[in-house]
Amino acid sequence: MATVDRAAQPGTTTATPAAKRKTFTPRRYVIPAVAFLAVLALWQLIIVVFHVPRFIAPSPIEVAEALRTQSGLLADNTWPTLLEALAGFLVGNVIAILIAIGFVHNRTFQQSIYPLAVTIRTLPIVAISPIIVLMLGMGFTSKVAIAALITFFPTLVNMVDGLNSVDQQALELMHVLSASRWEVFRFLRWPTSLPYLFSALRIATTASLLGAIIAEWIGSNSGLGYLILAATYDYRTPLLYATMAVASALALALFGLVSLIEHYAVPWRQTTGPGGS
Amino acid sequence: MLESRAAQPERGARGLVHGSDGVAITLERVNMAFDQHGAPLHVISDLNLTVRQGEFVVLLGPSGCGKSTLLRLVADILQPTTGTITVLGKTPAEARRERALGFVFQQPVLLPWLTAEDNVGLPLRIGGWGQRHTPAATPAELLRLVGLEGFNRARPGQLSGGMQQRVSIARALVSNPRILLMDEPFGALDAITRDRLNEELLRIWSAVGCTIIFVTHSIAEAVYLPNRVVVLSPRPASIRRTVEITLPYPRLPAMKDTPQFLEHSAALRAALEEE
Repeated sequence: MATVDRAAQPGTTTATPAAKRKTFTPRRYVIPAVAFLAVLALWQLIIVVFHVPRFIAPSPIEVAEALRTQSGLLADNTWPTLLEALAGFLVGNVIAILIAIGFVHNRTFQQSIYPLAVTIRTLPIVAISPIIVLMLGMGFTSKVAIAALITFFPTLVNMVDGLNSVDQQALELMHVLSASRWEVFRFLRWPTSLPYLFSALRIATTASLLGAIIAEWIGSNSGLGYLILAATYDYRTPLLYATMAVASALALALFGLVSLIEHYAVPWRQTTGPGGS
Repeated sequence: MLESRAAQPERGARGLVHGSDGVAITLERVNMAFDQHGAPLHVISDLNLTVRQGEFVVLLGPSGCGKSTLLRLVADILQPTTGTITVLGKTPAEARRERALGFVFQQPVLLPWLTAEDNVGLPLRIGGWGQRHTPAATPAELLRLVGLEGFNRARPGQLSGGMQQRVSIARALVSNPRILLMDEPFGALDAITRDRLNEELLRIWSAVGCTIIFVTHSIAEAVYLPNRVVVLSPRPASIRRTVEITLPYPRLPAMKDTPQFLEHSAALRAALEEE
């Protein structure tokens, strides 16, 4: 493209990213959908052919049946989990972002806190969760705390990397312009870190749901986590599978929502920036 | 838009350059050493240089000789170990804070999330410069000056390397610097784009009338562009020879085949190669 420098027309060059974005061919959706349906059909076939008892593994039709008949029960238990996950997502990510910003501007702070954060990360979440429930009680707060904790670490690491990934010459440019530390942050570090942040946020969507569900296992009488345990103990296997389907759909929806926000918040990522989505 | 700036006599448009006696930059006994694993790495040795206002000076030297470091000393990105640097009668730090210096890097260093026009306007937003000063030319006018009219809304990722470097030149000019420091700005471009941008740079220089220090290791650029070439020795850099380029302005691509041009090339090559 360098050789056509002056010959390039505004119309043709501005069309490039639009063309890149326009890869929504039917093929992209039809093939995975067909594969998904084929797996469901195979599953149904195996259950029927081998006479698998319902309490061990239900057929897809029975799961669909449970989704339909138990929709009220599922919805009642989806809301608490969704709220815990969203609150945990928000709290965990905001704290991670603030600490990452602190790290980049104060080395002593980073040197004292970073190893501690890594240590906390090495503790298995299923081991910490009962401790948090003991401290914060069986209510909403402990669930939010566990969801926050599980989302915190990936965001912290990615955000520190993102804020530090600024180009050396860009920093020199800021120096030549006599930019203040705040201006370097606002004009350079923060936008540079956004693609990294969104990578972490996409991971955090599923992680926060996982955190909420694990927290509900420890002690709760509502939520998808509670429903999974209750359905398992009662051998209501179709309901167990239906609950999993709901949890999975919820995670996909949150993941899609974050990707959608990213599409508008980081539009330059389509042409530059680290890694594609 | 730019007439008012070009009309200022001390700026010196092309042809007037030799008549202006104002001094833009002086370096006196400048030494620079970096600390490399505890041992000092001597990069610049006892360098003295004076650049007149409105002059176009090329610093020519082998790769890694310290010419980029020299430019960074003038821009106050680095500080010399010993010696004095004066920029328009002030310290480099004062000149930097007054935006007397524009810097064009080897890479365009554009912010990918800003449009071409917003990239050019970035220096006006930093420190509220645009509110306290009236720029001689708006970002849109500067984009036209560098030949990018119609690309105002384009993002850097949509522009070719040559176009990106044009944007970065416009950005360096937006806060009316009296001195433009250019660190191998066309080194990463292909030969055709490079030749074209050399022509454009001469046109921009004559329109703006600023002082330019241009670092390169290309002999062709060193003959085509400047009033004067300063040939540097390998590290630690010191001035090996200064060559006045007597070719008249406006310089045209056809001049590259003239005996005079080839003589200058030969002289510079000899200066680079001498032991």
